[in-house]
Amino acid sequence: MIWKFLLGVYIAIITILAFVIPIGFIPGLGERARIIFLHVPSAWLSVIAFFVAMIYAVRYLRSKNIYEDVKSAASAEIGFLFCFVTTVTGSIWAKFNWGSFWNWDPRETSIFVLLLIYGAYFVLRSAIEVEERKATLSAVYSIIAFVTVPFFIFIMPRIMPGLHPGSKGDPEGAGPVVTFKMDPNMRILFFASLLGFTLVYLWIFKLRSRMEILKIKIQNKIYQEV
Amino acid sequence: MEFRLIGKDIRKSFGRLLVFDSINFELINGSSLAIAGKNGSGKSTLVKIIAGLLSPSSGEVIYQVDGREIDKLDWFKFVGFVAPYLQLYDEFTGYENLEILAKIRGLKSYEAKIKNVLERVNLYSRRDDLVRGYSSGMKQRLKYACALLHDPIVLILDEPTSNLDSEGVEMVWAIAEEQKKNGILIVATNEPEELKMCDEVINLDELKLKMKRQIVK
Amino acid sequence: MLSSIWAIFLKDLKSEIRTRYALNALLMFVVVTISMILFATAGEVMSGELLSGLLWVVIFFSAMSGLSRTFVSEEDRGTVIFLQLATRPSVVYFGKLLFNLVLIFGINFFVVIAYLLTMENFKVKSFDVFLSALILGGLGLASASTIIAAIIAKANTKGTLYPVLSFPVLLPLLITTINMTQLSIEGAKLAETFGHLRILFSYFVVVVIASYLLFDYIWKE
Ligand SMILES: Nc1ncnc2c1ncn2[C@@H]1O[C@H](COP(=O)(O)OP(=O)(O)OP(=O)(O)O)[C@@H](O)[C@H]1O
Ligand SMILES: [Mg+2]
Repeated sequence: MIWKFLLGVYIAIITILAFVIPIGFIPGLGERARIIFLHVPSAWLSVIAFFVAMIYAVRYLRSKNIYEDVKSAASAEIGFLFCFVTTVTGSIWAKFNWGSFWNWDPRETSIFVLLLIYGAYFVLRSAIEVEERKATLSAVYSIIAFVTVPFFIFIMPRIMPGLHPGSKGDPEGAGPVVTFKMDPNMRILFFASLLGFTLVYLWIFKLRSRMEILKIKIQNKIYQEV
Repeated sequence: MEFRLIGKDIRKSFGRLLVFDSINFELINGSSLAIAGKNGSGKSTLVKIIAGLLSPSSGEVIYQVDGREIDKLDWFKFVGFVAPYLQLYDEFTGYENLEILAKIRGLKSYEAKIKNVLERVNLYSRRDDLVRGYSSGMKQRLKYACALLHDPIVLILDEPTSNLDSEGVEMVWAIAEEQKKNGILIVATNEPEELKMCDEVINLDELKLKMKRQIVK
Repeated sequence: MLSSIWAIFLKDLKSEIRTRYALNALLMFVVVTISMILFATAGEVMSGELLSGLLWVVIFFSAMSGLSRTFVSEEDRGTVIFLQLATRPSVVYFGKLLFNLVLIFGINFFVVIAYLLTMENFKVKSFDVFLSALILGGLGLASASTIIAAIIAKANTKGTLYPVLSFPVLLPLLITTINMTQLSIEGAKLAETFGHLRILFSYFVVVVIASYLLFDYIWKE
């Protein structure tokens, strides 16, 4: 209980600092660079969450233990949420920095595709009733989808010109990680924020999977008593 | 060649429905097993697990040749399977179905083999008709031809005589006798008469009673 | 092993020739979509860039209307057990992949012919670039749609689900092929599209390997 409280305080402090900390001057971005404290960690977390979902999908296929599937779906749900947050924050920011809400920049495309993939994943899950079949097929789909994701995140931004820092044509080099020179303040707060996001993810993930597992256990119990 | 088919503590549940639990058996060349039980007791489920079409929820099925365990991916080489839910390609003729099967299985010099099994199930004269035009009894006969094409060591029959006339029933009994000479025969059936095809019987209903009693204890 | 894959492929091909289940509908589908584009844009002058995108829209939806059939028909008719009892899962997978490859190349060929005949502004300058986009794109398209067909064959709402599941998986491929087609209209050299070719080829390899490893889980329950 106490650590949840502490986490709340921690996130609150980071949120306040994100607005007030001096970040130095960054050409072309200025104060708008502050989005990095919210937008980038949630993008990372969504990818990590999807990755965890895939790991649990593989574990499900190995063990056929339905709890692994529950965890996989839980992680995918949270990933979807973070993905959504990333899209919305990025889109609002883009309006002020690049002039329109959506520009089909490669990285915008890739986040959009992640939304589509996991949208499709949840549609697939809702289209299958038999639990084992649902678990198996959605596990396979998430793995197949995940192996195509690197094509977006790592390759597309390099062959296509983009607007994001770190795209093709950006002198700092191309890659999924934004590498422009960060002020030391900014760097510390960014990683602090990333840590905060990670803890929030772990907390929701545990809560969500425990809830679903308990649901299954209760249903099993009811079933046995009938 | 010494063949051994072992079932160890097989349990199967569909979601929350437990179909059966702790099924054990061991079969070698020449032995035969009948699976009895009322509708929905899990006979078909059990034969599917034995043939490798379904995975058990726990426990395992082992195929052994001369003490060496066979990879599950290769079970198909040893199994012949006849069941009402097995469907054939009805846009092809009876002969073509067997030809396709022989080619997929990679059998060598299959023409003579196909002729042989077709004669055995008495379909040779109708071999060039589309399966779509077959009667249900003829389809059942063709399934036997498919199952026997590669001389399987394990022959699994689910409801062996469904749709067959009396001559067909005799044919099934003859096939069963033939199979028991060197191979293994497994029959899942509702007919008390057909249980006599086999030396041993697993009754899934009695097993269920036992399971209930254990729970009560 | 190889002969078994070939046997599965031949069976599907023969069955298709006999029933014409997918083929006729597919050809009509291509005709209908292209006419639809023509009607919708009558009188407009369309740029080569736009037409390159539309070409792949037509190819994508044609593929979605035909490529699921190999698995869905086995599932619907209950002949899955026939195949499960006859061979290894991977043999079935590669047999079906081969069939879908042939089908997609057939579709691509037909679409491109129809397209070149009807779209006046679609002038390909570098045929080598265009052809490699079609071929490598076809490989990737067939590989991803085959495994997804295997997935949706086991789900309840097969038809509508297919494009929904396939699209996000195919998008990296489609973006790359569309880009290449545009380059071929602009007259780019094949050497300039080397990056694209590498993406398309590795996409095909990655998807086929993943499918090969995962197919067992879908095929047998
Ligand atoms: N795929 C499935 N999903 C859920 N439940 C299933 C499935 N297959 C079978 N069952 C259930 O398992 C039980 C056993 O089915 P099974 O088909 O093995 O019975 P059976 O003994 O062969 O019956 P019959 O004599 O009618 O052939 C039934 O209660 C059935 O409802
Ligand atoms: Mg049955």
